[in-house]
Amino acid sequence: MTFLEQVLAILWKDIRCELRSKQTWMGMALFALLVLVIFNFAFDLRVDNKAAIAPGALWVAVVFASLLGLGRTIAAESEKGLMDRLLLCPVDRKAIYLAKLLGNLLFIGVVELVALPVFAALFNVPLFAGSLLPIVLLGTLGIASVGTLFSAIASATQARELLLPLLIFPLIVPVVIGAVRATGALMVPAANEPPWLGLITAFDVIFLSISMLTFEFVIEE
Amino acid sequence: MNHPYLEVTGLKKSYGFKPILRGIDLSVEPGQCMALLGANGAGKTTLLRILAALTSPGTGTVRIGGFDLAHDAQQARRLVGFVAHQPYLYDELTALENLLFFGRMYSVRRCKERASVLLERVGLVKRAGERTSALSRGQAQRLALTRALLHEPLLLLLDEPDTGLDEEGIALLETLLQEHRQAGGAVLLTTHHLERALQWSERIGLLSGGRLTYQSETGGLEAGSVREVYQEALR
Repeated sequence: MTFLEQVLAILWKDIRCELRSKQTWMGMALFALLVLVIFNFAFDLRVDNKAAIAPGALWVAVVFASLLGLGRTIAAESEKGLMDRLLLCPVDRKAIYLAKLLGNLLFIGVVELVALPVFAALFNVPLFAGSLLPIVLLGTLGIASVGTLFSAIASATQARELLLPLLIFPLIVPVVIGAVRATGALMVPAANEPPWLGLITAFDVIFLSISMLTFEFVIEE
Repeated sequence: MNHPYLEVTGLKKSYGFKPILRGIDLSVEPGQCMALLGANGAGKTTLLRILAALTSPGTGTVRIGGFDLAHDAQQARRLVGFVAHQPYLYDELTALENLLFFGRMYSVRRCKERASVLLERVGLVKRAGERTSALSRGQAQRLALTRALLHEPLLLLLDEPDTGLDEEGIALLETLLQEHRQAGGAVLLTTHHLERALQWSERIGLLSGGRLTYQSETGGLEAGSVREVYQEALR
């Protein structure tokens, strides 16, 4: 069985389990929508302060909704002893990481698919303007690559719900700052703005590489 | 292969400063079954987890089918079938889907046919399309046994495999183990059931305080004499 086949087999299994249990992505989507709606009513969204609030609202919704899903990535299988069953198989540990990462990207992507049109409508932001979609894609990849690795670390502990945000937040600060500022720059273009998309891309490459290389040592006892 | 399917030499394992295994030496030849007895906390499950390449050995060597776990863990994993005292199945998947998923992980050829044959063998063919959450505890354990046999392993590691099985299930387990050994496979199992250990295996070992304090061939061995040794080890 090739590496790609292993990845797809694990991904297929995760998607099928999630579609049948609906434990993760429904909660994530509802949470993201709730955050956007509350932000919309809580702040005065005149044209002059929209650029300051809307990007923050979007990324608060994405980051916190992602955490709900990331927390379940490995923990759901570990709690039932199923991660051990998977580790018993002669499967490349990088394939497990990649499958889990793709699963997370897919579930967060579904949430974003629901949340982005609502965000665009509530905050009056053109959805396909500039590079909003690449910013969302690259930002999500950064959050998911770190989150997938650290969900494996947190799953081995008792206080995983507390530990996971504590571990992830400091690490994803660069990508969140980059994503918020890049989204803001789409609304109110500013001169001499740093290349935020480049920063997020560099972050993604670095953390994806580190996570792929270290996952084996994190997941095995 | 000319070497034992399982060869353990000087195996030690500690968690922090607490020693769990204090030097285990054992081997299981092709076609042989060895039963490990021991009180709760004696180190049986830790030993089996190390042999299944789930937990890293502290010191010592473990060879499965000639592959050293320290260097060739992936090769060794292909040769091992593992059944725990819990079934550990994906509740959201059906019985057949569970088998097909793990079959793909082990690159089993004609997996669907093999799974169907095994499901028929363990009396679960009519429930193949049902989610495993709908199976009874005994049926789930049968399915876990099926999963362990799916890739035709050389070595079966069974951690109290009779847990949750009714009399019929236990008889089926015994038959499947006999067939596995007749096909040249080896078995290492842990149990608390002394009579069953004597009946199913050629050798028994007693694990106590992280050491294999007693090993013997079961031929001509009386349950009473083993029980005395067992009771002595528990004190």
